[in-house]
Amino acid sequence: MKINTRPARHRALRAVAARAAGAVAVLWGAATLAFFALALIPGDPVTIMLGPFTTAPQSIRDQIAADNGLDKPLFERYLAYLGRLAQGDMGESYQLQKSVAAVIGEALGPTVELALAAVVIAIVLAIVSAVLTAGREGRLRGFVTSWELVAVSLPPHWLGILLLTAFSFQLPIFPVVGVGGPSALVLPALTLALPIIGVLAQVLREGLEAALAQPFAVTARARGLSRRQVRVRHALRHAAVPLATLSGWLAGTLLGGAVIVEAVFGRPGLGALALQSATNKDMPVLIGIVLVSALTFVVISALIDAFQLLVDPRVRT
Amino acid sequence: MKRLPVLRPRALPRPSVALAWTVLVLLVLAAAFPGLFTGKSPIEIDAATALRGPGPGHWFGTDQLGRDQFARVVHGARPSLLVGLGSIAFAVVAGALYGLASALLGRTADRVLMGINDIVLALPQLLLALLALAILGSGQLNVMVAIALAFLPGYARLVRAEALVVRNSGYVETAVTLGQGPFTRAFRHVLPNALGPLLVLASTGFGMSLISVSALSFLGFGARPPTPEWGVMLSEGRGLLQTAWWLGVFPGAAITLTVVAVTVAGRAAQARFTRRTAG
Repeated sequence: MKINTRPARHRALRAVAARAAGAVAVLWGAATLAFFALALIPGDPVTIMLGPFTTAPQSIRDQIAADNGLDKPLFERYLAYLGRLAQGDMGESYQLQKSVAAVIGEALGPTVELALAAVVIAIVLAIVSAVLTAGREGRLRGFVTSWELVAVSLPPHWLGILLLTAFSFQLPIFPVVGVGGPSALVLPALTLALPIIGVLAQVLREGLEAALAQPFAVTARARGLSRRQVRVRHALRHAAVPLATLSGWLAGTLLGGAVIVEAVFGRPGLGALALQSATNKDMPVLIGIVLVSALTFVVISALIDAFQLLVDPRVRT
Repeated sequence: MKRLPVLRPRALPRPSVALAWTVLVLLVLAAAFPGLFTGKSPIEIDAATALRGPGPGHWFGTDQLGRDQFARVVHGARPSLLVGLGSIAFAVVAGALYGLASALLGRTADRVLMGINDIVLALPQLLLALLALAILGSGQLNVMVAIALAFLPGYARLVRAEALVVRNSGYVETAVTLGQGPFTRAFRHVLPNALGPLLVLASTGFGMSLISVSALSFLGFGARPPTPEWGVMLSEGRGLLQTAWWLGVFPGAAITLTVVAVTVAGRAAQARFTRRTAG
């Protein structure tokens, strides 16, 4: 028995170690990419910090450069940057006179709130749409699949404008500005969710159809469960696994979508901050957001792997 | 014995494919010869007709400067389509070269190139585009490059996977035996085989790139305001929705119609392609 257990434990440890190494590699790669993006930017960072209408003399410029370590060689700056990053220090914003971590921390709340609301809406509607249409032909399915095509083809900024026009201006149900109170969250969250529903529903429906074709679905029917019970109790659980693998993609899409939704509805948040820092060339902040997004991706991928180990015994090898 | 019904992926009905191609032809005509559809100028200001609703004379209404919105939507086809097409072409070509290099330059090169590729692939596309625009500055050409860079890793991955399959096939080995160099192998044997799936993916990618172009114009990075560009028009209309709903409707409808038409035509081509390779 001794011979059998040890290699298995080794393998598990190795898998965890490989996973952690991969996660660190992604973060390191994103940080390196970000650093060289910053180094490549045309124009002098000191000029960007001072703004376009500066009359600061050379001595002050040299002082600012020295304060920010910009007078050192590139490789040395890279190492110093990685060292600070390892301690969670992402530098200072060029324009906001605050640390990047503080600026991002302030923006995180509203975006997380928006993204969570959108995810809940998207998952509920996708499940309803997939359960009702999987394995069936007919008018409902035709309508749902055409809607999915239109939904993924809708530019999110236009969707937001349409919802605003319809439900804030023509029918004044929801406030025009997307801040404050749950009613202000409805339209932004819907705008973010609608294009995602199509993708989620398609993946869920394919998973459901695959599950319904398997012997256990027939067995469950033979045991006397109704069609709906088979779908909801048995098949849906199978379909959830491919859906979970989409989570990394989903997080990225939500952050990208937040840039647009927050611009349309005038909401504060990570997306609005990304847009503002890209417009103002506030590179430390923009790079900080890229790093946070890479970190989110890494954490979510790890959680999904763990989730699959829990749910699907076939993965445990 | 009764056979269980087998679900096939739904083929798109033929009329919708024909409709999609009709829309695409009209769009190309509008981009090439906007004068065919409207005699009005897209930038001429006329205070007397400011903020008119849609109706005879001005099908899509007018904006606060009295500019005819139908003329602006028609003239908007050219910049919107050109930037979208340019970015997807750039992404496909650069992605194909990158993927080929990764598959054919040996194991170390493959690890490094795909390592970088996967890191970029893990980041949201819009964030990558914003990063590129922060470095390059705004402008239509830079929007094109930024979107291409954001889309590139996906195509690189696909071409690499296809190339790896073909690389180990009999005829490529024969080519090696015949003494053909790596470039001949890459471009005469490997690339043509990867081309089919790549072009199919590119056709749906074109729809996505049109949405991204319009989004970045809306956010203020692309064309500058007097230009009739669909994303810019939406951004101009955003502030006037309370009084002039039509300013927010028609430019977006033009983008959506284009993307739907591109996607439907692309999927039909994809279905035909899969049938041919399968049968």
